[in-house]
Amino acid sequence: MHVLLEPGFFSNAPVRTALLLGAVVAAVSAVVGVITVVRSQSFAGHALTDVATAGGSGAYYLGVGALWGFLGGSLAGAGAMELIGVQRVRRRDLATGIVLGAATGISALFLYLDTTVKATTGATQQILFGSIFSVSNSTVPYVAAFSGLVIMLMTIMRRPLLLTSLSSEIASSQGVRVRLVGVLFMLCLAVSVGLSSIAIGSILSTALLIGPAATALRVARSIAAATLLAIGLGIISAWIGILLAYDSFYWDPSSQGLPVSFFIVAICFVFYLFSSLVLARRRSHTTRRPVVTDFAFSAEGH
Amino acid sequence: MFTGFMVNAWQAGTIVAVVAGVVGFFVVLRGSAFPAHAIPNGAFAGAAGANLIGLNPLLGLGVFSALAALAIGRLGKRGRPDVATALALVLMLALGAAFLSQSTQYEPEIYSLLFGEILGVSSAQILPTLFLGLASVLAIAVLYRRLLLTSLLPDVAASKGVDPFRVDVMFLLVVALATTMTVPVVGALLIFSLMIGPPAAARTLTSRPGTALWLSVLFSLLTIWISIAASYQSNWPVGFYVGTISAVWYLSARTYVRAKLFLVLQRRII
Amino acid sequence: MSIGARETPPVLEVDGVSVSFGPRNILNNVSFEVRAGEFTGLIGSNGVGKTTLLRVILGLQSISSGSVRVLGAPLSRRSRALGYVPQKVLLDPDVPMRARDLVALGLDAHKFGFSRRSASERERVEEMLVAVDAESFADSRIGSLSGGEQQRVLIAHALVSNPKLLLLDEPLANLDPGSVQEVVALLHRVAKDHGVSILLSAHEMNALLPVMDRIVYVSNGQVASGTTDEVVRSDVLSKLYGHHVDVIQLHGRVFVVAEPGTSAEDVPEHPRYQVD
Repeated sequence: MHVLLEPGFFSNAPVRTALLLGAVVAAVSAVVGVITVVRSQSFAGHALTDVATAGGSGAYYLGVGALWGFLGGSLAGAGAMELIGVQRVRRRDLATGIVLGAATGISALFLYLDTTVKATTGATQQILFGSIFSVSNSTVPYVAAFSGLVIMLMTIMRRPLLLTSLSSEIASSQGVRVRLVGVLFMLCLAVSVGLSSIAIGSILSTALLIGPAATALRVARSIAAATLLAIGLGIISAWIGILLAYDSFYWDPSSQGLPVSFFIVAICFVFYLFSSLVLARRRSHTTRRPVVTDFAFSAEGH
Repeated sequence: MFTGFMVNAWQAGTIVAVVAGVVGFFVVLRGSAFPAHAIPNGAFAGAAGANLIGLNPLLGLGVFSALAALAIGRLGKRGRPDVATALALVLMLALGAAFLSQSTQYEPEIYSLLFGEILGVSSAQILPTLFLGLASVLAIAVLYRRLLLTSLLPDVAASKGVDPFRVDVMFLLVVALATTMTVPVVGALLIFSLMIGPPAAARTLTSRPGTALWLSVLFSLLTIWISIAASYQSNWPVGFYVGTISAVWYLSARTYVRAKLFLVLQRRII
Repeated sequence: MSIGARETPPVLEVDGVSVSFGPRNILNNVSFEVRAGEFTGLIGSNGVGKTTLLRVILGLQSISSGSVRVLGAPLSRRSRALGYVPQKVLLDPDVPMRARDLVALGLDAHKFGFSRRSASERERVEEMLVAVDAESFADSRIGSLSGGEQQRVLIAHALVSNPKLLLLDEPLANLDPGSVQEVVALLHRVAKDHGVSILLSAHEMNALLPVMDRIVYVSNGQVASGTTDEVVRSDVLSKLYGHHVDVIQLHGRVFVVAEPGTSAEDVPEHPRYQVD
């Protein structure tokens, strides 16, 4: 027990903030992530993280809070993607890939300037891979507020969003405003990416977006159940990750401990692998055996 | 700008650009943008790991790239290709971060592996880079017809005895090979740009595959050359220029094609 | 018969519609109507423009001339009078959505809001599932259903909101003859029971002959519409095709036989050959 729960875990203030932040971010990522996976827009989600990186590193350079940089970058990226046009699937990969490249280049520039001009250390590591233990308390209320808004918007939109994801033609014929719904969803995706960047770094936030969601979708029976399960898995991943990262400081006295984001990503991955196994077993149990007798009867008298 | 250590940068850059142009052409043709983004990330983890153990980073790059290529090739067949590759991609990055966190050079190492360090290329690296580059281009030349057929008409290819799945795996391995030699120069996050932007631009300007291939190499070369020169002058990182110039090619090509179409229609109406 | 004698306006009026994709003229001055409570077949070979025409009616395709009126009013995006069953819907086998859920979305997919579905809404969904014989798989994942089962679910989805006109794009293609009969019988029954007009596109009209009230025959970007007796005749179809065709009736089935090389003027005296 001592190995798992190192001394001072719960009394440590940054840890408590991290736990709260991690839970909130995991929840909103899960809600948005379920729909992202259903709509097969994982790559778009990933592309936004790279634009968020540019925003975050730029904000660092300008001395503005990283959260605003991440959010701003992410939203700008979403806007650019909508403008470039994301109609045909192949085009979508190309277009988002190009945005990605330019954004990554800009990130490279800002991070370079961060280290040389501002002479700060650790910018690259913090922006890209997160620093959940050093998030200031003043940021947390904003994160919570934005998360709440996104979750509320997603709940309001859930029906048009679902039908559009299945078939935009049918949705159109039912009077759904397909374009509006698409844009609003991108907005939610962008904000969610921005928020999770604060917790586990911009480049790794995809794991929290897609991992628990994809895992839940494989196992659950309905979209609603999948969403709840994804939220649960996300929060568990975040909390165990924080715990292990805290503990890792004590495992090897000479090392600096392993990053939180690494643990969270690894746990998300493990959950996904586990669900694959469950699915494989479920499929093998329900194969129907051919009923030969029916054919015998029908061939004879009729 | 053309003497001393810069010679290495020009040489390495040129080789990398040619390989990126050739391999990238097929990446765009096959819509393999996402796997092409994921394999360099595996390379990142490999280099970081090799760094930690004290091995030659090229070894780590090569092994992990190849493993990533094979994994993606297999995962892509069953289940959801996009979710599986996304998770694997991120895990590789996280792994690399974990490895690097144990080294004393955490910060600069991350930067150079992700964004490249072309101006720091030593003359000892040129020969291996050239060798791997030639191997990549040769592999593409050998696979050329099969790649074209399986990219455009996979079912027809299968009926002729060419297994699209195997060709896909082989292609991904070539991408892994190309990645191994390009990551030290351009960085894991930016090799993708160089591989996608110029070929995508070339494709919009011509519909003939041969021409598009040459154009893609040309644009790629121009991108690297301009980036190196600009980086030398401004001291800003090469990666910044590579990323932005690649995007500029693509957007310009598309705008040019749209403008041409517009003018043609105008003339028709008049 | 004067216009005033008709009790209800036509459910659908297509008037002088033309559609072109760039230089290609797909549809040219197409006019026809679908009357209330009737089963209308949109017949024509593959690629002739049937899907385009359906998309025009749905408001998904722009037209270069003409107008479309549904229940006497011009099309608006929020027009709930139409139900639509497209030809192919890619249903991901892994998406956790039951047939029942998909049908329920037909009721409220356009609504934003927090509300849960009421008991009467759930009853309506059940009613539709029964109407298309889908109760046995109502709670299965849509991705795991067969093509025919999915089609029935999509029909229920389109009908649950009580549209006046149901559009189906090639629902009979790729079905074996037994299934074709089943689907046609189902549609006919459902249409009568729920007072819905049907416009269904197909490239083969024989399966529909027993239930079709009216036919809209498409060829060369133009249409001939009316009852089957009025339209499926050598002279009418020859004019439509632009070359001579024979219409042959054999054992209650109709065959349109083309003889390329002869002109439309060589039309026989009788509109249809009886062979029995």
